[in-house]
Amino acid sequence: MMSNCRPEARRRKSPAHISLSSFVLDRGGPWTYNARSFIKGRPETTTDQSKNRGAAAAMNAPDFLEFKNVSRHFGNVRAVDQVSLSIRRGEFFSLLGPSGCGKTTLLRILAGFERPDTGCVILNGQDITQLPPNRRKVNTIFQSYALFPHLTVRDNIAFGLRIEKRPQREIDHEVDRMLELIQMKAEAAKFPDTISGGQKQRVAIARALIKKPQVLLLDEPLAALDLKLRQRMLIELDLIHDEVGITFLYVTHDQGEAMSLSDRIAVMNNGIIEQVGTPAEIYEAPRSSFVAAFIGDTNFFEGRVAEFVGSEYSRLVIDGFPDTVVFNDKQLAVGNPVFLSVRPEKFYISREQPESIPKRNAAPGRVEEVIYQGSQTRYWVRVQEYRIAIVQQHSRFLLDEKPITWDENVWISWHADDGFMLERYSQSDEQLVTLPE
Amino acid sequence: MKRSFVPYCITAAILVFFYLPILVLVVNSFNASRFGGSWEGFSLVWYGRLLGHREIWHALTNSLIIAVSSSIVSVLLGTTAALALHRYATRLQKAHYMLIYTPLVMPEILMGISMLLFFIAAGMQLGLATIFLAHVTFCISFVAMVVLGRLQDFDFSIIEAAQDLGANWWQSTWKVLVPLLMPGLVAGGLLAFTLSIDDFVITFFVAGPGSTTLPIRIYSMIKHGSPPLINALSTILLVVTFAAVYISQHVLEDKK
Repeated sequence: MMSNCRPEARRRKSPAHISLSSFVLDRGGPWTYNARSFIKGRPETTTDQSKNRGAAAAMNAPDFLEFKNVSRHFGNVRAVDQVSLSIRRGEFFSLLGPSGCGKTTLLRILAGFERPDTGCVILNGQDITQLPPNRRKVNTIFQSYALFPHLTVRDNIAFGLRIEKRPQREIDHEVDRMLELIQMKAEAAKFPDTISGGQKQRVAIARALIKKPQVLLLDEPLAALDLKLRQRMLIELDLIHDEVGITFLYVTHDQGEAMSLSDRIAVMNNGIIEQVGTPAEIYEAPRSSFVAAFIGDTNFFEGRVAEFVGSEYSRLVIDGFPDTVVFNDKQLAVGNPVFLSVRPEKFYISREQPESIPKRNAAPGRVEEVIYQGSQTRYWVRVQEYRIAIVQQHSRFLLDEKPITWDENVWISWHADDGFMLERYSQSDEQLVTLPE
Repeated sequence: MKRSFVPYCITAAILVFFYLPILVLVVNSFNASRFGGSWEGFSLVWYGRLLGHREIWHALTNSLIIAVSSSIVSVLLGTTAALALHRYATRLQKAHYMLIYTPLVMPEILMGISMLLFFIAAGMQLGLATIFLAHVTFCISFVAMVVLGRLQDFDFSIIEAAQDLGANWWQSTWKVLVPLLMPGLVAGGLLAFTLSIDDFVITFFVAGPGSTTLPIRIYSMIKHGSPPLINALSTILLVVTFAAVYISQHVLEDKK
């Protein structure tokens, strides 16, 4: 994958060396970056490559930014509960989770707007837990942008340097450079009310970046934009991160954003971190049912470990599935109840019973629903009590053969490596994650 | 479709009802007659007489001193009250809100009497100082309500953004909060000014010798029979009031 070949050296380049212009604004321009941005960290990435990438990143200070046992309560609600997290220098790190999971509180603790009840925050070797926001070398891009409505674009960007009482010439120079970076020279004299959402977003970025923060915090920065603009800003954010090379801490509830942008993701739920890993690790090897269900679609099967097959695989007992063998990376013992998670695209659907070979699991079922989605087709297949979502890419011309349709009896099959065994419950939840039918 | 004239007629009638007495007053201020009953020709004699009336100028000076000082102080205190009411939501806040709100609806005479009794009990000399304190007391509530209205749609993440960019409390207040609240502060201040300059009831109770304000002077002039002078004075006050209202509305609209 291209994304994993991205040389680390590229990110060290200082801004202004590469002009964003051709990528950012010109819709007809070269969209090579488009593809790269969107493939980065997609499920196709193999685990091996992810590891290499992780190793490369680890050479940069492995614990540049650290949360140590950070907790924050609001009344009886534990917004952040004993969170420990290490973030590397230059990393694009995302906090991903549903609303109310504590991700924004964690960001506000880092920015200094909230004080943790317990624990500490260490940035570049310095304990900043007790510092007020104005004395921290981090800057925030707020969800609402929070531009100063009484100042022009230029004055908004200059605000941070004016506070520092830097010489006017230096301020002008820096602001000009920023205006160039965000391609808004022509709008410099406008007021925030008169520019578009995407432009506000860029001004907010420039206003924060001009302070040369050690960490840039982004609080759901794309939530207020429409879909088209969101996709463009996604690319711009990725480019800006590459150019300025500072650490990004990105808070979002949108798994798509987190997947496409992040080097690593921390999935949060109910104030705790469920899993930290690269997008591929999170998607391909979710460690809890919550993560499996929150990131992408999945099918859950309830079963129990029957026996070991070799040292790494186990045979499971699941209603309706005669002989299921799954990779048992957690070495769950025989007799343990487990959840098996299999992603919709990991299934293969066919009319004939597939040939029986080792590590191939198959079960007969009946098609209940077919939804043609252009590039792919989504099936719902009934196997006893399970209603299984299956996604098939169209590899052949659809018209060449008679496609599988409603009420057909079919076989579904998948590889033993494509199923994931999860312990019964999510770490943060006593409840089983409920899935939409 | 033919437009009905009925709404226009009703509106005109109501406006006449509102403004006819004032119009009579304005017209009479230019009447040469001493007893406003009949028109005896256009004259500026009463305005001339007014210029030479030392007691009126003294009262006007008193009124202006009190109105300016009490509106400035009540803008400061009222704004902090509004910020506190908006920012913090505790159970005490409900009581706070009620206590700030009550002076708006409390009978003025009650406030006047209670303040008079309080000042006497406290052994204070009645004069400009007591009038000033009394005016600040009721103006705070009005200012707080006006500023609170502005704060309802104020995005406080802007203040956080300022701090995030390195501003300390003082800088974020003066460079961001105050400029953005300015229309509300000006509107609140003008409201306080107009309330203070024409307050009669409360001032009547807490004024002392030598601290007569304009409304009280006007009242005593009616008692001692010089209506034409009052007509002229009232006309001037009317013009000033209209100007103030116009300016305050203009400022508010400008920022929206």
